[in-house]
Amino acid sequence: MSAGDTMAAHGATRRGLFDKALLLHLAVLAVLFGLQFVIGEYQHLSLARVMVLATYAVGYNILFGYTGLLSLGHAMFFAAGLYGAGIGASQFGLGVQESFIAGVFSGLVLSTVIGLIALRTTGVAFMIVTMMFAQACYLLTLYFGEYTRGDEGIVLKGDIRQMVMFGYPFDLTSPVVRYNIAFGLLAVCVLICLALVRSPTGRVLVAIRENEERAGMLGYDTFRTKLFALVVSGTMSAAAGAAYALLFAYVGASFASIQYSILPLLWVLLGGIGTVLGPVVGTLLMFYLVDYASEYTSAYMLVVGVALLILVVWFPKGLLGTLRERVIAWLP
Amino acid sequence: MAAVTTLLTTEGLSRYFGGLRAVDDVSFSLQEGEIRAIIGPNGAGKTTFVSLICGRVLPTSGRIAFGGREISGLPAFKRVGLGIAYTFQITSIFSNLTVFDNVALAVQNAMRRNGSGVRFDEREMTRRVGDALDRVGLSERFDTKAGTLSYGHQRLLEVAMGLALKPKLLILDEPTQGLSDAEIAGFCDLVRDIARDATVLLIEHNMDVVMDLAGRITVMNNGAILSEGTPDEIRADEAVQRAYLGT
Repeated sequence: MSAGDTMAAHGATRRGLFDKALLLHLAVLAVLFGLQFVIGEYQHLSLARVMVLATYAVGYNILFGYTGLLSLGHAMFFAAGLYGAGIGASQFGLGVQESFIAGVFSGLVLSTVIGLIALRTTGVAFMIVTMMFAQACYLLTLYFGEYTRGDEGIVLKGDIRQMVMFGYPFDLTSPVVRYNIAFGLLAVCVLICLALVRSPTGRVLVAIRENEERAGMLGYDTFRTKLFALVVSGTMSAAAGAAYALLFAYVGASFASIQYSILPLLWVLLGGIGTVLGPVVGTLLMFYLVDYASEYTSAYMLVVGVALLILVVWFPKGLLGTLRERVIAWLP
Repeated sequence: MAAVTTLLTTEGLSRYFGGLRAVDDVSFSLQEGEIRAIIGPNGAGKTTFVSLICGRVLPTSGRIAFGGREISGLPAFKRVGLGIAYTFQITSIFSNLTVFDNVALAVQNAMRRNGSGVRFDEREMTRRVGDALDRVGLSERFDTKAGTLSYGHQRLLEVAMGLALKPKLLILDEPTQGLSDAEIAGFCDLVRDIARDATVLLIEHNMDVVMDLAGRITVMNNGAILSEGTPDEIRADEAVQRAYLGT
């Protein structure tokens, strides 16, 4: 048996019928889908919210976890989707699907433009440039208060809460409908992320994270690859933003603030940087941590802070990152 | 004898770092298929010179042509696309990735360059990674994290990555540094093997390796070419002896 055959056999365990990684991801998604039949109405809503935010985290992780670019301004992409959809619906009378597409498209355009400029910097400068752009976007949402209604925000109501898809009517005020739309979005984004990181392009993203100069000396146009990662990441974040606006019927400037740039970073760190499911796990955990802590104390952010400290000191790779290191090395 | 074609030429190539003339007005040419060694004392500008060729460093002035095409202004990744591969003096592998993935990154690029179709052929890639690792004798270690390999093996991995790019010109920057005598012997065989379908430009301090491998030797000193010739000519050259031994 030649070396190539051994390696092919090794590679085959990753693919084909017994593709452990794919099966695991499908199983996790199946559990998330099945949960709706055992939980109550309140949980439907909060889980729907978590799944939309987890989509945002999955998008963030493509740039941060796999490509190694730490953005402190992803709120601008989330907000681009949020406002693209919200303004599309409230000012231009677009339907639900059209508004969603408008939001995704806003994110695509914004991330391309920002990428072309911000990717000229690296490291700390990149963090600062993205943060400044996000601040500028935040201030723009306040400045154009005529359209965005500033701090007060836009509440979507009336017809925009109804949609027709594949000939069936859906009522977006229904928790079950919202749950399943949020689930559908998350499932699609998780599978896109999984396919991406296991593709040849995914390998190049990781190579850039590990040693950018070497990746260039292997013939890769690292600028173009980083731009690609940023656009995928920004567009996915915008899709989450657009879904958030349409599902929860509210568009406000607070979603463009620095807090929403930091949150996905924390979710990803908690769940496991550079793992496909890490952002989902992180978002879930953080959400329920805040939820339970706030039942017992008004200082719930202190609990979150302590949790993060423990994490940084003992599990710097996050929950799934640590698991991958110690138990399941094949986790993508 | 087949017609000899020039693969690489530099004209008046210079690179200054502040007041330091690291490479100073170097005109150089390399024939297709040869094994050329560049030698010279530390600080002679050897690494800067090959870095100019592969595009890691851009010239202050002068021109570089590769395969008849002017490449002075091209970014490094495009030069890799034309067939110039560089293996780093200071081992520069992806320590956190497996040996397989390190080489796969090089293979992937070579395959994409040769336009292997829309759909990426994973089986073909695996086969080529296996070939490259076989040639340097690392195929048993394909699943090892590259950073945990011994230093000598990391050097060989560097070479495998260079090989897997299927270059026309392979630049090896002090490849035998830190290798054991047994590893060096194997390495010389490998370079001769590589030279059957690529041109090799080698920076090397180990004189035995240089004399054994090189068809011609270029001696650099203070950023300029001091002398050039066959191993025998260089051995007899007084200027070279002065540069190395001092007067």
